[in-house]
Amino acid sequence: MGAEGLAFRAPFAFVTFLVLNQLAPGQDMLHTLMQQALNALQQGSIYALIALGYCLVYGVLLLINFAHGDIFMVGAYVAFFIASMAMGKYGLLPAGIPKWAVLAATVPLTMLLTSGVGVLIERVAYRPLRLKGANRLYVVITALMMGIILEYGNLSILGANRLSFPSLMPRMIFEPFGARITITELSAIVTCFAVFALLQWIVTKTKLGMAMQAVSYDKFAVPLMGIPLDAVIVFTFFLGSSLAGLAGLLYALNFPVLDPFMGAMVGWKAFVAAVVGGIGDIRGAFVGGFLMAFLEVAVVAASDYVPFIKPEMRDLVSFSALLIILTIKPTGIFGKPKTTKI
Amino acid sequence: MGTRITVPAALCALLAILVAMTQKDILGQYGVTFLCSMGIYVILSASLNLVNGYMGEFSCGHAGFMAVGAYASSIAGVFLFVPDKVFGHPWLPMSMSIVAFPFILAIGFAAAALAGLVVAIPSFKTRGDYLAVITLAAGYIVKSAIENIEAVGGPRGFMGMSKVVQGMDTIAELPWMLIWIFLSVTFTIWILRRFVYSTYGKGIMAIHQDEIAAEIMSVNTNKMKLIAFMLSSGLAGLAGGLYAYLISFVNPSSFTILRSTECLVMVYLGGMGSLTGSVLSAVAFTIMLEFLKPLEQLKWVVIPLVLILLMQFRPEGIMGNRELSDVFPKLKRFYRFK
Amino acid sequence: MALLEIKELTQRFGGLIAVNDFSMSLQGHELNALIGPNGAGKTTVFNLVSGFYQPSSGSITINGVNTRGMKPHQVTALGVARTFQNIRLWNDMTVLDNIRVSQHYRLGYSLMDSLLRTRRYADREAAIERTAMELLEFLGMKELANEYPPNLSYGTQRKVEIARALSTKPRLLLLDEPAAGLPSSDVVELIKLIGWIHKEFDLAIWMIEHQMTVVMSLCQEIKVIDFGATIAGGPPEDIRNNPTVIKAYLGDEAI
Repeated sequence: MGAEGLAFRAPFAFVTFLVLNQLAPGQDMLHTLMQQALNALQQGSIYALIALGYCLVYGVLLLINFAHGDIFMVGAYVAFFIASMAMGKYGLLPAGIPKWAVLAATVPLTMLLTSGVGVLIERVAYRPLRLKGANRLYVVITALMMGIILEYGNLSILGANRLSFPSLMPRMIFEPFGARITITELSAIVTCFAVFALLQWIVTKTKLGMAMQAVSYDKFAVPLMGIPLDAVIVFTFFLGSSLAGLAGLLYALNFPVLDPFMGAMVGWKAFVAAVVGGIGDIRGAFVGGFLMAFLEVAVVAASDYVPFIKPEMRDLVSFSALLIILTIKPTGIFGKPKTTKI
Repeated sequence: MGTRITVPAALCALLAILVAMTQKDILGQYGVTFLCSMGIYVILSASLNLVNGYMGEFSCGHAGFMAVGAYASSIAGVFLFVPDKVFGHPWLPMSMSIVAFPFILAIGFAAAALAGLVVAIPSFKTRGDYLAVITLAAGYIVKSAIENIEAVGGPRGFMGMSKVVQGMDTIAELPWMLIWIFLSVTFTIWILRRFVYSTYGKGIMAIHQDEIAAEIMSVNTNKMKLIAFMLSSGLAGLAGGLYAYLISFVNPSSFTILRSTECLVMVYLGGMGSLTGSVLSAVAFTIMLEFLKPLEQLKWVVIPLVLILLMQFRPEGIMGNRELSDVFPKLKRFYRFK
Repeated sequence: MALLEIKELTQRFGGLIAVNDFSMSLQGHELNALIGPNGAGKTTVFNLVSGFYQPSSGSITINGVNTRGMKPHQVTALGVARTFQNIRLWNDMTVLDNIRVSQHYRLGYSLMDSLLRTRRYADREAAIERTAMELLEFLGMKELANEYPPNLSYGTQRKVEIARALSTKPRLLLLDEPAAGLPSSDVVELIKLIGWIHKEFDLAIWMIEHQMTVVMSLCQEIKVIDFGATIAGGPPEDIRNNPTVIKAYLGDEAI
């Protein structure tokens, strides 16, 4: 069984193990483990959604869109403003619109507007370089800089005060196997899985999705086959950025404090997840997101038992995981190795 | 006569003038600090240019090496000269501070060079984007690791270096940091120029222009990459050590992606593969930072924007890969730039 | 002791067998050719001999030294040089620098020497420059020393690439399709050049080539491969009319 097989099966095995252990003694330990698993699943959903965005763009342009984590941040802020507006905070709409309606409106609008930002960045910053045939290095630098501009632009315009995201979902709690999960957390997990399934369908069964795959194999042949390359690329950014926007909204629902730098760390972890899973393959991004989350939760949990491990070390662990994977198998778990021909 | 004497003489004269200006209060504290920052930026720019410019790699973690050097030099200095909670009683009397300072800087250089070794090894097999990611991660890891080490103050930072500088003042009242930085800048440029323009160093450019041809034409590419990374990061560590003693305080938040971004801007502004360019751009950049000070946070929208515009319209930077003697051939009479 | 000894060389890329049980030897002064249809594995053989790939099985010995596990620059130091199908000159360095940097393995000074500009550094750099200029002069290219490759004609660039390979003082020169992309007048020049190099320098030349004028007029022995395996070998007259060879190139219909 290869690395991919193991990676896919590990989280499921873990959960199965928990289910089977239901009947064993040591209920407290079980509850803790279950709780940790749920935390990991929820955090992993966010990472996975963002990682999918990195993956789509890399697959199509061979570009690591370093600004993507900050698109996630933009998504959270966009969601905040839409929700606040819908709840009557700015006097543009009457107050008293029911929360479920606000949520129902916020989700598609956030995704749409955030994808707009992503597409705009592609149009203004990346496309001119691509058309000039510029060295990919320049595009990567541009992406890195774009991210910083988003962060500090936000900081300059909105100030350093953190914003508080309104609560849009009812307070419902489920208690599987003694652990607690709120409906907000559960919806993050369910949404992520649903989105992944949808994405799989788009990429493998629709014309546009297959065009995306074609571009990832041979960018130059694609226009020769009558496929509009620019349109495919715009669609990729549209898709990836709307997923990041959705992730921003889901994150804000669960961790309702927004600050301009929230995208930096989360974006980074998601990026590590995409690379570890195998950037270029959406299954890799999906699995990678959960792997990263499980790793982080494991570190935090271990800090209770092992003296020298501290919870703050989880960032360190994430980056070290990145270095290890890049040294051993740079193409990631699901990636295919490439050879150079001379 | 000619080339061998003119430049060293000119440099000595320049240093003497600067010192005299500080003694006579023509150059005030602000001016001295400005020049010192400029010097540190020159070292950062030139050292990163070795890897990103001449070798054409994409190292985005220069701040990490600066941090390693900064902390190593700080710890060495405090350990040797200053009573400290963690490091105990000083080992040497203050009277030795001037003599010992080059060694303190050398320790920073060495520590950072060793850190560069760690990044160089993955570079043997990966290039481009992947190396960018590795170096970015390395930068974060260094910062994150320092934040977790309580002995050096963690996120709150580390102090004590001011006492070492004061110790130097007790021996002779001179602008010591200005002197040390001036000497370090001279050292950096001297070492880089000699390396890069020897046939040995040109192997690095060969790797950039065609790595496979280089390997097959007998260049030991792994060894050259190792040397380039270690030299580059070592010099960044030197800059870090100088920075630590200049502001008498180090903490991890001085060595973030923003610092690395500054270094990247300087390299691409000056021109990949131009030593003159990296010096000029460091000077220009320091001046630009002064003008941007009132903007505060908006500064960090302007600087990345500058880099983006550079990428779009003049990716070869100010000098491309030319040196001063290419633009002003008459200067060749006074100094061999290449 | 043979200059080059290849025994049962096999190279697999995943499920694809690129080189299949290939064997051959060179004593030291031959001028031979390796030909075959496109995709036959010829460049793969060269890549294996120059150390760019590690063979899946089989051995390559150069002057008695087995090159398994060696990196390309080490193989070059043993005396093997090559040119490439697509010219791989260093375009931002002068012709002189291209020739000088290829002497990297025998620079004769260390990093410290270059930083401190010691006597040894000065002497060795002068020697390297002298060797490079002599080589250029010998090949009639002295005026090109400070030119940049992109400013030169394709044929001249090819010549510079061969000069660069020669500067590593090889005992074996591998030429990968030297005539590729050259106009016919330059091909005539090239044939003369290769013949002349073979006479003037103490080395063996092994070339991959598609242009039969070059192969037939220069080469003493020709080896033909297809799908990675040897299908024929011998002097030009034997190969010219060999039905297996014709079939490999032109298909069954041609017979």
